[in-house]
Parts: sequence; C-alpha cells; structure tokens
Amino acid sequence: MKAMTYRGPYRVRVQEKDEPRIEHPNDAVVRMTKASICGSDLHLYHGMMPDTRIGHTFGHEFIGVVEQVGPSVQRLQRGDRVMVPFNIYCGSCWFCARGLYSNCHNVNPNATAVGGIYGYSHTTGGYDGGQAELVRVPFADVGPSVIPEWMDDEDALMLTDACSTGYFGAQLGDIVEGDIVLVLGAGPVGLYAAKSAWFMGAGRVIVIDHLDYRLERARTFAHAETYNFAEYDDIVVHMKKITDHLGADVAIDCVGAEADGNLIQHLAAAKFTLQGGSPTALNWAIDSVRKGGTVSVMGAYGPIFSAVKFGDALNKGLTLRMNQAPVKRQWPRLFEHIRNGHLKPSELITHRIPLEHIAEGYHMFSAKLDDCMKIVVVPDAA
Amino acid sequence: MAYTAHRPHPNPPAEELRARIPGWGVDLDPADRPSTPMLRFDPEASGAHWELPDRQPEERPREHSIEHAGVTPVFGTAQPLHGVSGAIRRYSYERFSEARAAHWLLLIAADRVEFAESRVTALLQGRPDNPISETGIRAELKYGGIRSRTGRNARRVDTAHTWIDPFLVAAPWLGGAALALAGRSVLRRTTRRRPQRAS
Repeated sequence: MKAMTYRGPYRVRVQEKDEPRIEHPNDAVVRMTKASICGSDLHLYHGMMPDTRIGHTFGHEFIGVVEQVGPSVQRLQRGDRVMVPFNIYCGSCWFCARGLYSNCHNVNPNATAVGGIYGYSHTTGGYDGGQAELVRVPFADVGPSVIPEWMDDEDALMLTDACSTGYFGAQLGDIVEGDIVLVLGAGPVGLYAAKSAWFMGAGRVIVIDHLDYRLERARTFAHAETYNFAEYDDIVVHMKKITDHLGADVAIDCVGAEADGNLIQHLAAAKFTLQGGSPTALNWAIDSVRKGGTVSVMGAYGPIFSAVKFGDALNKGLTLRMNQAPVKRQWPRLFEHIRNGHLKPSELITHRIPLEHIAEGYHMFSAKLDDCMKIVVVPDAA
Repeated sequence: MAYTAHRPHPNPPAEELRARIPGWGVDLDPADRPSTPMLRFDPEASGAHWELPDRQPEERPREHSIEHAGVTPVFGTAQPLHGVSGAIRRYSYERFSEARAAHWLLLIAADRVEFAESRVTALLQGRPDNPISETGIRAELKYGGIRSRTGRNARRVDTAHTWIDPFLVAAPWLGGAALALAGRSVLRRTTRRRPQRAS
C-alpha cells in the first residue's frame, strides 16, 4: 500500500509499505478515504517530538471504510463508513472507566504520561497513522463510530480531532455567561474554540495571531474580535487595555509548541529542540487572563521542560486546565450542533490534495502558503 | 482610574448576542457539557466488553517505559528498534524514567542517529533520498511562496526565522561533508608525517 513516511526533519515521502494486519482480536483495518494534516503533525515534521522514527506514517485525523475486523469485534463490519478519533484507547482501564479516553493506560508502552495516538511517534505508542491507504485501528468496538448517514464526510473528518479539541478547550475554560474569552492562535483548533466559546455564553471572544488571513477567518467563521500581535509592541499590555485593565476571564492556548512572538523561545524549541515547546502563547495566556481566571491549554507541547511562567500563574491564583481531548465524549453534542446548523466544521478546509503530493502539502502547511488553513488528503484513486 | 467591583464596560446583553451569533448559549449550563465532570465513573459508556483487554502477541521484545509494570496489552508495532539508534533507544527506555531529561534527550539523539543510518542505507541500496521531492519545496512555486510572504501577508513574524530552515535541512549533509573533509585532512597529515627511512 502507499503511505506517507517520515524521512527526517522537514522531509516526508510517499512509498510502498506492508499492509497493516489484525494484530489483536479487537483490531480493525480501515481503508482511508480522507485524512488531514493537523498543526500538531508539524511538530513531528520538524523533528521536535522524541522517538519519531524514520519510516513512521503520520496522521491522526482520518475517516475511512472498514476493510477487515478481528474475531472479537461486535460493533463494526466490513464496509462500514467510520470516523476514527485520534485517541487509541481500551475503554476499560482506570482512566477510560472515568471518561479520560486520551489518558488510556493500556495502549502505550512507551510512556505513562500520554495515551495512544495514531501516527504520532513512538512516544504515543508506535502506531502508524492515517495518511496511508490502510490503517490498523485497535479497539474497534470502542474508538471508531459509524458516520451518520446525514453527515458530510469532511465534517466527520474535522470531528476526529481539530473541532472536538477546540470544543473541549472551551469547556476546560469553564466559561460562564458574559465571560471575556481570549483565544491565542487562529488556526483550526483556535477557531473551533472561539466558536464554541459563544455556545457557552461568552460575552466577548477575542482571537490573536500574526497571520492576517487567519484573523479574517476568525472574524467570519467565529465572529471574533481580532488583533494581530505583530502590530503591538507588547500584546499583553494591549489585552489589558481592552479588558478594563483586569484581563480576560478565560484564555485558551491553541498554539502550542511552535509559538511565534518571542524569537529566542521559538528558536530554542522549534529549531534546536532545547525545550519541549515555545511557551510564548501560554505565557501570554497566563499574563493576559485576570487574577483568579482560567487558562485552558489545547496547544500540544513535547515531553521535555519548557520555560513557562508558573510564578505569575501562582501569584494570580489561576486555574490551569489541560489535556489531550477525549474526542468521542464530545461527539454526541457536536453532532447536534452540526445538525442544528450552529456549526459547519468543514468550512475551514482550504486545500484538498492527493496522497502522492503530501510532501508539498506539508511544506505548504508548515510555511503557511496560499492562505492555508486546513489540508485534506485523499487517496490517489479517489 | 479607579478600579471598582464591576467591569466599567459591560458586554452586550444576551438577547443581542443570541441574535447576532449562531448558536449563542446552546451550551450555557456549565453542568450540561460533555466534559463535565471531567472524571465520571461509567465503565459501560465506552463500549468495551471486557474487564481487561486480551493481550496482543509480543512477536519481538517490545521496549517500554520503566514507569509501566510491563508492556501494555496493546501496542504499536510500527518501526521496531534496529541498528545503533535502536541500541540508544533501548538503553534510554531501560535506564531512565520519563521524569529524567536524559531519557528524552537520548531519544532525540537516537532520532538524529537514525536519520544518518537511513541515509547511508538508502545510498547502499542505490535508492538515495530526493531532497527536492521530500522537502516539498516545489510548493513554493505552486502555492505562491512570494505572494504568501509579501503584500498583506508581510506582517507575519515567522519570516524572522524561516531562513534558518534550509540550513537545518542541509545540516546533516554539511556535517557529513565536514566530517569527510576533516578525515581526509587527518589522513593526509598522517601520511606526510611518516618518518623517512635513512638510506
């Protein structure tokens, strides 16, 4: 089968690989029909994530058709059209029994601090991902769901990570009616979080980024008030000025490890791997939120240390909340929001490319070319 | 400016927001949100029909974090350990917990070693990597590389460091060339210094 494979930092290619097989009685093999490139794939692409092995296939956002099922699978059958959450989880461990599907203890031998994720290095379990013609899907009775007949494929695809993560991020903010919500980062997760903040009754939603084309999307898609931090000497001071010098009630970091805005932090993290991530957006969140406020972290960071301003967080009495999103917990409500017309996740898709051209897709997304927001990858035969 | 008990500039009223923003307030009740409470004991909800999952056969010794009791019942089998990079990774997993920086730094070092291993292997197999197609650099022409960084996009701040990327991409090749030159120079010097035999 054809699959995207990692060849080292800033290099990927499509090559023939062995087809995945049933390795556990509750496995399924899914033929990918659509996958997408996530902002967090770029951390792997740039060589920031420890134990990203040559030959690894990325891709934790994908949908497809069930090709094969293991002998203990009861809820899926060959030919089912399924959406697969990015989390790989058993459904029965201490954490899964309590709804923490992203923290499953039974699927990742390589680390206890993170659960299993498709195509996200051996640090998250060593599973090849969905940017390939076929994918091994463990715990087929637990993770994947049949896509409802009425749902558009591309909406389903966005629900496998980005949209569910943004929605989850807004929930971690514990937003109450009238809150001022600051979202750092106008990528897909940031815009879904901004949109979700309104669902939870926000009184004002502010989005900051340095890419004007993304801020324009934040205004049209998420009805947000936007600021380009490149225009300000100190964006934190500006955030204070526009929030009565109190700060926002809630701040949501939707940027993560490769944040721009502080060149030293960015170089140390993204170029020289001297820290787990550039915490510029997170530090701005800590400094821009009001005392006693809440910071929700949805941006992904690597497992090593990062220069985060915990002193300010302590002195301000902040609540810091974070996790990888337990995607499937969000789906029933998000299905309702899509069906009721409150949300159309696929509106953020800007590019559709064949799997064969995925190296160009990675470069385009990494370099933010052509007003790129979200790239969907389709198998060459599609 | 006096700091008071209320925000001096209140937000727009709910009616106005509901009229202007599609879906405003549909998840207004904090208690009625999918992730509230975060910990919710409900083992039936996941769909698992086992108390403990069956164990996936371990066809070759699988590395695992020493913070785990052993290999988890299910695990990925992509890219098993091999070569020098595999030895470094195995040592990192067997010796250091996730709490130790050494664990992660060794894994990152192994990633770079494997990169060199893969290049040598590709050369020996007569299938060298193609830096043009693998870096996707043609996207610069196809998707408006200049247009995306000028005009209305000129304010983007990442242009301050993107010039480093080609050097990072070329670094292993430059490093390899430097090593080869240094080796040649050492070899030459050694040859020249060989003492002449008296006739």
